[in-house]
Amino acid sequence: MSTAPLSVPSDEAGPAARAVGLTKVYGEGDTAVTALDAVSVEFDRGRFTAIMGPSGSGKSTLMHVCAGLDSVTSGKVYIGDVDLTTLKDNDLTRLRRDAVGFVFQAFNLVPTLSALENITLPMDIAGRPVDQEWVDAVIDTIGLRDRLRNRPSQLSGGQQQRVAAARALASRPQIVFADEPTGNLDSRAGAEVLSFLRRSVDEFGQTIVMVTHDPTAASYADHVLFLADGLIVDTMEDPTPDRVLDRMKGFDGKGRRS
Amino acid sequence: MLRSAWRSLLHHKLRLILSGVAIVLGVGFVVGTLIFTDTLNTTFTNLFADTSSDVVVTPAQDSGGRAFAGTVPTMPGSTLDDVRAVQGVAAAGGQVLVDGVSVVDQAGEVLGTPGAPQFGSNWSDDERLTPFRLVEGRGPSAPNEVALDSVSAEKSGYSVGDTVRLVTPTGPLSVTLAGVFRYGTSGNLAGATIAAFSTDFAQELLLGGEDAYTEIDVVASESVTQDALAAAVRAVVGDGVTVRTGQEAADDATAQITEGLAFVNIFLLVFAGIALFVGTFIILNTFSMLVAQRSRELALLRALGATRGQLVRSLILESAVLGLVGAVLGIAVGVGVAFGLEGLFGALGADIPTEGLVVLPRTIVVGVAIGVLVTVIAALSPAIRASRIPPMAALRDDVALPTRSLRLRAVLGTLLLAGGLAAMTAGAASGGGSGSQLVGLGVVGALVGAIVVSPAIAGPLVRVLGFAFPRLFGTVGSLAVQNAERQPRRTAATASALMIGLALVSALTIFATSAKASITEVIDRVIGAEFLVSSGAQRPFPEQVASDLAATEGVAAVAGVKLVPVQVADTGTLLVAADPGALGRMITLPFVAGSLADVGAGGVAVDTQTAADQGIAAGDPVSVQLPTGATLEYRVTALYEPAGAYSGYVVDRASLAEADVAVGDSFVYVLAAEGADLGQLQSDLEAGLADYPTVQVQSQAEFKAQITSSVDQILLVMVMLLSLAILIAILGIVNTLVLSVVERTREIGMLRAVGALRRQIRSMVVLEALVIAVFGAVVGLGLGVWFAVSLQRTLVDQGIEVLEIPWAGLAFFLVLAGVVGVLAALWPAFRAGRLNVLEAISTE
Repeated sequence: MSTAPLSVPSDEAGPAARAVGLTKVYGEGDTAVTALDAVSVEFDRGRFTAIMGPSGSGKSTLMHVCAGLDSVTSGKVYIGDVDLTTLKDNDLTRLRRDAVGFVFQAFNLVPTLSALENITLPMDIAGRPVDQEWVDAVIDTIGLRDRLRNRPSQLSGGQQQRVAAARALASRPQIVFADEPTGNLDSRAGAEVLSFLRRSVDEFGQTIVMVTHDPTAASYADHVLFLADGLIVDTMEDPTPDRVLDRMKGFDGKGRRS
Repeated sequence: MLRSAWRSLLHHKLRLILSGVAIVLGVGFVVGTLIFTDTLNTTFTNLFADTSSDVVVTPAQDSGGRAFAGTVPTMPGSTLDDVRAVQGVAAAGGQVLVDGVSVVDQAGEVLGTPGAPQFGSNWSDDERLTPFRLVEGRGPSAPNEVALDSVSAEKSGYSVGDTVRLVTPTGPLSVTLAGVFRYGTSGNLAGATIAAFSTDFAQELLLGGEDAYTEIDVVASESVTQDALAAAVRAVVGDGVTVRTGQEAADDATAQITEGLAFVNIFLLVFAGIALFVGTFIILNTFSMLVAQRSRELALLRALGATRGQLVRSLILESAVLGLVGAVLGIAVGVGVAFGLEGLFGALGADIPTEGLVVLPRTIVVGVAIGVLVTVIAALSPAIRASRIPPMAALRDDVALPTRSLRLRAVLGTLLLAGGLAAMTAGAASGGGSGSQLVGLGVVGALVGAIVVSPAIAGPLVRVLGFAFPRLFGTVGSLAVQNAERQPRRTAATASALMIGLALVSALTIFATSAKASITEVIDRVIGAEFLVSSGAQRPFPEQVASDLAATEGVAAVAGVKLVPVQVADTGTLLVAADPGALGRMITLPFVAGSLADVGAGGVAVDTQTAADQGIAAGDPVSVQLPTGATLEYRVTALYEPAGAYSGYVVDRASLAEADVAVGDSFVYVLAAEGADLGQLQSDLEAGLADYPTVQVQSQAEFKAQITSSVDQILLVMVMLLSLAILIAILGIVNTLVLSVVERTREIGMLRAVGALRRQIRSMVVLEALVIAVFGAVVGLGLGVWFAVSLQRTLVDQGIEVLEIPWAGLAFFLVLAGVVGVLAALWPAFRAGRLNVLEAISTE
């Protein structure tokens, strides 16, 4: 497959998404919990980034905020050049629709729609024409061409997640956010989904940010961010499962910055 | 388990309120109906409970309905003398009670509820024999003195000594108010009026001066039983009169009232039934969804060791508590509904003075029983299905209630529906009494069938109705249609309320429109006279009116028509008596043999339908028994096709005069002279009738308008009652949508995450409601048209000859259903649009 004409837009300079001084506090007063503490991060184009950290480290919050699903307490979040913190709900929704792809842990698909309809859903909602050539390429990559007419309930969990991943890519977003995409899958199905995400980075130049707690999943990424207590405490290039696991062990008990 | 049931009740407050409202409304309407009808029954029964004579003697002749002066059956004064002589009689009094004396108030208006009797009576001082209790002045003793019932006296503003204007069968009369009496203990006459005179004067006014009575009341001496006295009286008075004990007479009166009100009772209870039926659907729906949403929780309870029985019992208990609370509130609402019904009937002129609402213990019991039972029954099936959830389901992500196949429903429903429609068509083809029974049966069958089959057809039909949605509204449109299709049972149950409501409303509307068109058509075809003069309730007025009208300038001719209740071959009917020649100038009847001119003295014109029923032909003798007991002999000299209300026996009025039947005209036709100014003529006619406030002049157009507006009024009452079904339908749609939004929280969150705007989510919910509502409306309107056409065909013989389908009206109902759907969806749609994306996605 030729990758040149079928790649995500990368003509813009700079990172696909970035956060500056990002702080997110839940609650008020004595019960206030700081989920993110002045985090600054850049997600470079064409790179696959994994965000790791123990429960409560703020990794999911970071992803939700960067994806425009949650508001910030202070700081700025950009997708391309657009500052998400200045957008109203409708504009934010349109930005999510047009520039962001999502893969959630579960319940990614509309049960009444076929696999194909689910894949083209964001474009259909926007009323935009579907880039058929691109969608075909994505479908071929997930390898579910013969199941396109099926409803989600007729697909296995792994197949459903691959359809969800295909949907995330179908609208050619600037960035794809995946929240524990393999959390509900067995290792073989998980590997299929991760391979697909990896290929979409390699072959289409897609930018992907994935939250996971699974070292094996993280090893598919180019780059790993480690979060603890709302701060980025470490990064790792070209991760392997063993190295990631070792690093994660380091959080047990002594991960706290003190 | 008890605690678990209680907790879950409190936990789902919103759903609780929604299904609770359904119960409250259903119970409220049933209870309201019961209270209203009990109140009516009590009011009318009390009218007679106050008379306490031991034996009642009445003429044997049945007047076949309302008898007015001149046609009322009587007994000669000698009968009273005979009764007084019977051993064991302590007192006996003759009563003269005849409908025909109207009281005119100081403003010139006739007192009393239109249609209610306006009695003239004789006065009696013996309180054992009469329910009249003097409260002011004295009893009337001389001619030209009157006593009025207390309600009439109060409403008219007359006080003792004033001159009271009356209209009697012999003409207008001014008399002096001698006294005011209370009728019975309460004075309540339910809209009727009574003017009492001295016995001689009453006989002169009402019975043509004959010494006669309409009823004889007897009080027994001590130690004589009612039965013994009745037997003794019966032995003396012989044939020609009916002797009943006081108890029998009271029972008969009560039975007659109950029978008379049965129509109202049945009518209202049918609506209550519809309300409850529709309410049951909502409750069933709610519980199905509640259980579906809690299936994981229930599976967890099973996994923790709860038995299936415990689970079912817990859900049943939950529903019973909900039903009880709903029923208690429903009873309170029912009192309000009863007030509303009273107001509704009052606003339509049927003013029913009551002594407060009657709430019988039975009503409370029925209300509670219905509330609890219906809710428990509605919860039973979802509860049993929930108990079948395998415990392991608690651990899985997607838990679905086991669903049953729709095949049985489809087959059963189709059979019922087809059977019902066929029965209607067959009934319409055969016509007559058996035909209408068949149609009625068919309507019930078709409605039940449609409800049973609707889940099976909901999917395909929704797809057809929503075919344009994807094109018009894009993905949001197709998602909405798919959501409606996805749970065909729920869609069907939600739509059923609208379906039933609209089926009945549209059928009634079509039927009423056809009835109006038929009446108008007949009037146009038959009546040639420009004006019609009549009093309310066919109460006769003096012949002087016709003479006065004839003398008015611009009148070419008049024809007075008398209606006499008679028996022909043991069948009660109204004999039409007029001057055939004059009548022939006023109306055009389609004669098949002879004409009105051929009626002559001793002749009778009969419509072909009646002739066929009685097996008589031209030249045959007809024996007519008058209410007075006399028999008149006629010979059929003309036959005509019945035209709407124009049917029956028509004779020359001279034949009545010969038989000494002195009855007034029930209406008078007036033919204008050629070139007369009709507007001027009408005012002249009205001016000439100033002494007769009971009589009104109507142009042909006004006459038509009066009849059609009374049809409209009946239609309005029915539609207002049915709008309750529509109200419940709205609630049902709100309920379903709120619950399905809750159910699809994660899906909606996901749609929002991938780029659906709030507006689009709202549209999706609204469009789903729209397609559900239109589905219900289309099925309902289809059934309604079929009902109405069958009914009209069945009643062609009864004068509903024209079928007129108000397509614009039906289109309006369809649009209205859509609006109802959209309105019902607003709040759930708003909630759906407001869902927090992140929370929605992470919802369990």
